[in-house]
Amino acid sequence: MAIEGADLIKAAAFLGAGLSMGLGAIGPGVGEGMAAAKACEAIGRNPKEAGLLTRTMLVGQAVSESTGIYSLVVALLLLFVV
Amino acid sequence: MEQDIQTWVNLAAYLGGGLSIGFGAIGAAIGEGYTASQANSAISRNPALAGDVFKSMLVGQAIAESASVFALVVAMILLFSNIPADSFVTVAAVFAAGLSMGFGAIGSGVGAGFPAGAACVGMVRQPSVSGKLTTNMLIGSAVCQTPSIFALVVSFILIFSDFGSYPLWPTWGAILGAGLAAGLSAIGSGIGGGIVAGASSEGIARQPAAVTPVTNIMLLGQAIAQTPAILGLLVAFILIFKEFGASDTIAPAMALLGSGLCMGIGGIGPGIGEGIASSGGVKWIARNEKDIGTLTRTMLVGMAVAESTAIYAMVISLVLIFVV
Repeated sequence: MAIEGADLIKAAAFLGAGLSMGLGAIGPGVGEGMAAAKACEAIGRNPKEAGLLTRTMLVGQAVSESTGIYSLVVALLLLFVV
Repeated sequence: MEQDIQTWVNLAAYLGGGLSIGFGAIGAAIGEGYTASQANSAISRNPALAGDVFKSMLVGQAIAESASVFALVVAMILLFSNIPADSFVTVAAVFAAGLSMGFGAIGSGVGAGFPAGAACVGMVRQPSVSGKLTTNMLIGSAVCQTPSIFALVVSFILIFSDFGSYPLWPTWGAILGAGLAAGLSAIGSGIGGGIVAGASSEGIARQPAAVTPVTNIMLLGQAIAQTPAILGLLVAFILIFKEFGASDTIAPAMALLGSGLCMGIGGIGPGIGEGIASSGGVKWIARNEKDIGTLTRTMLVGMAVAESTAIYAMVISLVLIFVV
C-alpha cells in the first residue's frame, strides 16, 4: 500500500480529533462532579438556600465545561475544516 | 525473514495476554490495599471487633479481586488456546481483546475497594448494623463490577469471532478501537460506582435509620455512573459489527481507531465525576433525610452536566464512524 502525504495528514487529523475530544473530556467530567458533590453537601447543611446553591453550582459547572467545549470545537475543526 | 499469519497471531495473543493481566492487576491491588488500610484503622479504634472487621475485609477484597480474575482468565485463554489464524485482522482482534480486559479491570478493582473500606470502618462505629452494612457493601461492589463485565464480553467477542472475511484495511482500526472503547470507558464507571457505594456504606454507619433511601439513591447514582461504560460498549459493538468497505488508504482505519480512543478516554472523566457528584448526594441524604427531594434533584442535575463531555465524546466518535 502506497502512503501519500494527503492521506497521512487526513489519518493524523482523524486520530487527533479522537484524542482531542477523548482527553479533553476527562477534566470537565471530574471537575463538574466535584462541584455537584459540594453543592449537595451545602444543600444538606443549609436546605433553605437550595436555589442559590444550585444556581452557583450550574454557573461553576458551565465554566468548568468550557474546556470540554474547546476540545469539541478543535475535534470538529480537525474533522471538517483542516 | 518471512513470517506467516500464525506467527503474528501468536505474537499478538501473547502480548495481549501479558497486557491484560498486567493492566488488570493494577485496580484490584489498589482497591484491596485501600480496604486493608481502612480495616486496620477500624481495628485500631476498637480491637474487640477485630474478628468481624477482618471477615468483612476479606469478603470485600474477594469481590474487588473478581475484575482481575476476569483479566487472568482472558490472559490464560490468549496464552493457551489455539486461535485459528486466517487473516491479519485476527492479529488486531486478539491484541484488542487483551487491552479491553486489561483496561476494563482497573476501574472495577479500585472502585470495589471503597465500599469495602467504608464498611470496615462503619462496622466499628455502629456494630449493631453490621448486617445491613455488609449487604450494602455487597450490592455496591457487585454493581461496581459491571463495567469490567462489559469489557470481558467485548474481549470474548473479539477472541471468538471469525473476522476472516473482513478486509484488513480498515477493519483492524475498528477492532482495536472497539477494544479500547470498551476497556478505557470502564475505568471511569468502575471508580465512579465505587465512590458512590463507599459514600453509601459510610452514610448507613452514621445514620442506620436511613438505610432504605440511602441504598435507593446509591443504586440510582451507580446506574447513572455506569452510562459512560455503556456508551463505550455501544461504540465497541458498532465498531465490531458494522461492516466497513475495503480501503487502500490509511485514513479510514485511523478514523475508526480514533473513534474508539475518543469514546474510551472520554468516558473516564464523566464516570469518575458522576461518582463524586452522587457520593455527595448519598452522603448528605444519610445526614439530612428530610431534604431528600432537593438533594436528589441537585445530584441528578449535577450528574447530567458531568455526563455532557461523555456525550460530546460519543458524538465525535459516531461522526468518525459514520460521517468521515
